[in-house]
Amino acid sequence: MAKRPDNRGPAFCPSSAVPAPIAPLRIAAYTVTSAAGVGKAALGAALRDSRSALTANDFGPTPLPTWIGRVAGLEAASLPKPLSAWECRNNRLAWLGLSGDAFIDAVHGARERHGAARVAVVLGTSTSSIGATEDAYRHLDADGAFPADNCNPRVHTPHSLASFVQEALDLAGPSVTVSTACSSSAKVFATAERMIRLGLVDAAVVGGVDTLCGSVLFGFNALQLVSTDPCRPFDAERSGISIGEAAGFALLERADEGDASLFLLGYGESSDAHHMSTPHPDGLGAERALDDALARAGIDAGAVDHINLHGTASAKNDEVEAALVARRFPATTHASSTKGVTGHTLGAAGIVEAAASLLAIELGLRPGTVNTRVLDAACGPQVRIAAGHAPVRVALSNSFGFGGNNCVLVFGDANAGEAR
Amino acid sequence: MSDGKRGGTLFIDGIAFWAPTLPGWATARPALRGEALPLATPAKRPAPEILAPAERRRAPDTVALALEVAAAAVRESGLDAATLPSIFTSAHGDLAVNDYMCSTLANEPTLISPTKFHNSVHNAAAGYWTIATGCHEASTALSAFDASFGAGLLEASMQCQADARPVLLVAVDVAATGALASVTDSTGLLACAVVLSPKRSARTVATFDWSLIGALARATPIRSPAARSLAGNAMAGALPFFEAIALAEPAKDADPVSLLLTPSLSLVLVARAIAPPAAAAAAALAS
Repeated sequence: MAKRPDNRGPAFCPSSAVPAPIAPLRIAAYTVTSAAGVGKAALGAALRDSRSALTANDFGPTPLPTWIGRVAGLEAASLPKPLSAWECRNNRLAWLGLSGDAFIDAVHGARERHGAARVAVVLGTSTSSIGATEDAYRHLDADGAFPADNCNPRVHTPHSLASFVQEALDLAGPSVTVSTACSSSAKVFATAERMIRLGLVDAAVVGGVDTLCGSVLFGFNALQLVSTDPCRPFDAERSGISIGEAAGFALLERADEGDASLFLLGYGESSDAHHMSTPHPDGLGAERALDDALARAGIDAGAVDHINLHGTASAKNDEVEAALVARRFPATTHASSTKGVTGHTLGAAGIVEAAASLLAIELGLRPGTVNTRVLDAACGPQVRIAAGHAPVRVALSNSFGFGGNNCVLVFGDANAGEAR
Repeated sequence: MSDGKRGGTLFIDGIAFWAPTLPGWATARPALRGEALPLATPAKRPAPEILAPAERRRAPDTVALALEVAAAAVRESGLDAATLPSIFTSAHGDLAVNDYMCSTLANEPTLISPTKFHNSVHNAAAGYWTIATGCHEASTALSAFDASFGAGLLEASMQCQADARPVLLVAVDVAATGALASVTDSTGLLACAVVLSPKRSARTVATFDWSLIGALARATPIRSPAARSLAGNAMAGALPFFEAIALAEPAKDADPVSLLLTPSLSLVLVARAIAPPAAAAAAALAS
């Protein structure tokens, strides 16, 4: 990989300044759609029952022998007529996802309160509508151009997702797509927090959508990261990831006094500076993101009741992440990966697992690590196979992506203040 | 509505620009001021020294361009690259890699190259940059179609201001290749970068006030023939900003630059040049 220059020039500002605590933001509404079903109750039930939603891969013309987290009914779903120019699997999933948990009504309420230009749309995706681009390449016309029924330039580009959602929700504030591989829809919380803190907007729709497509199935296969079995995060005999698709959204607003709700307490973002597709062996970037997230939340690691781990079931990620959790958290912290339930939803993983963390707080549910039989010896007592029921005041969600791009989120309930 | 709501004032401590006919800020600045013509013979794609020799030539165009301008802007700023959070923005990412991925998937999907796959992520340049500079700070990769530069500058300005620390912004787009060229409107290569700082330093070359304005939904047009020659690139939205910086004068507000973020929302900037201490001293002597 790239060399590191020996002489990096004069130091000017501290490279590891500890960030100041942030004012918590209210999660005014949230929703999630994955292979487990539409809406947060479907994911909540799958987590409660430790039920995997993975199925044998039947995606595309030449399916690889692997397991996938596929959202049912997407082929039959279609966009409302005024939005039909945005037609593609990813935007269909975005629309299906928006339909969950009366999320659109909540956004319209925020639009009424603040004005359309004061509500941002910040969404994450790794591949956005590339599935539609892949389709076009399979059906090029006689001149080698995209076919007439699949040639909207605004679909064949990463920003397809946030542009579509902004139009679908009739919003007019800042709109941006974050695409940092598997940390994409975690980092959207950080961007939205800055926008709200600086007073540029009063609310933000954050989240992300990623859909099954050839690029990720065959791409991860080329990297030998895809398992032929349902993924088993943190298992001593884990053999790789299972890819899934999902959509999730949250509505963020300033927290009012005495607000009894769910909150974003903190976030940390960092870079591994190590390798494009392999994590730093000592978890240096991940730990940096963790430290910044705890600092912004104003809490110690000991206050964390539950961690939704990145836990992809790749050999390296789980080894590094298990060691990080083992050295930083008390045995009372319940840590688990939900990838065995939904699959690794890549650019949507941040929001799916943010939703799982919020469900853990709301339901007093500490999810298990589904499909896993025997934990890797690298795991400390924090990593659990079985789900449990106990109050969760503070939950952490880890998202680590290609390019060494890391993001850790901290969520809490109204009582989380006692931990601060 | 927040019409005219002030975002703040920030300082530019490093600036870099690269296009085949304007390879570097020293060449680009007079051309963007309308005082010089672009090069008649286009320069070759840069091979950034910050990459290991084996990677310089095989890096995708987006990565080579991004690292070239990022390194140049940071060098100008005198800051340590490892201390700077970075924001990378691109409308379309690496279109040649996307063309390769989609062609291969259509023909022989199991032959996908693992390296091309990890280079296909939108944050590939951010990844290579942080690896090359040993930077553990946050890095992000954004896209906002034709508003990608404005969205990147907004995110960079927010990070700089919210956390009161210097940040690096890098913007790149390349030409559409293969069948993608039938839908994606982007020609040539264009890359630019700035290091933003919350406070003035000895390296500061310009300063700007920024704000979001809802009513003034008109983009500032480009003016110079040099900028017009680059208008086909998907990052052309950066050109009015760099023209304004090239034209800015000390102690005098330039005309506001409006970068459309959405059809009804603009990022509006008012720039002023800041003469480096040496130039200011020379000017004082001359008068």
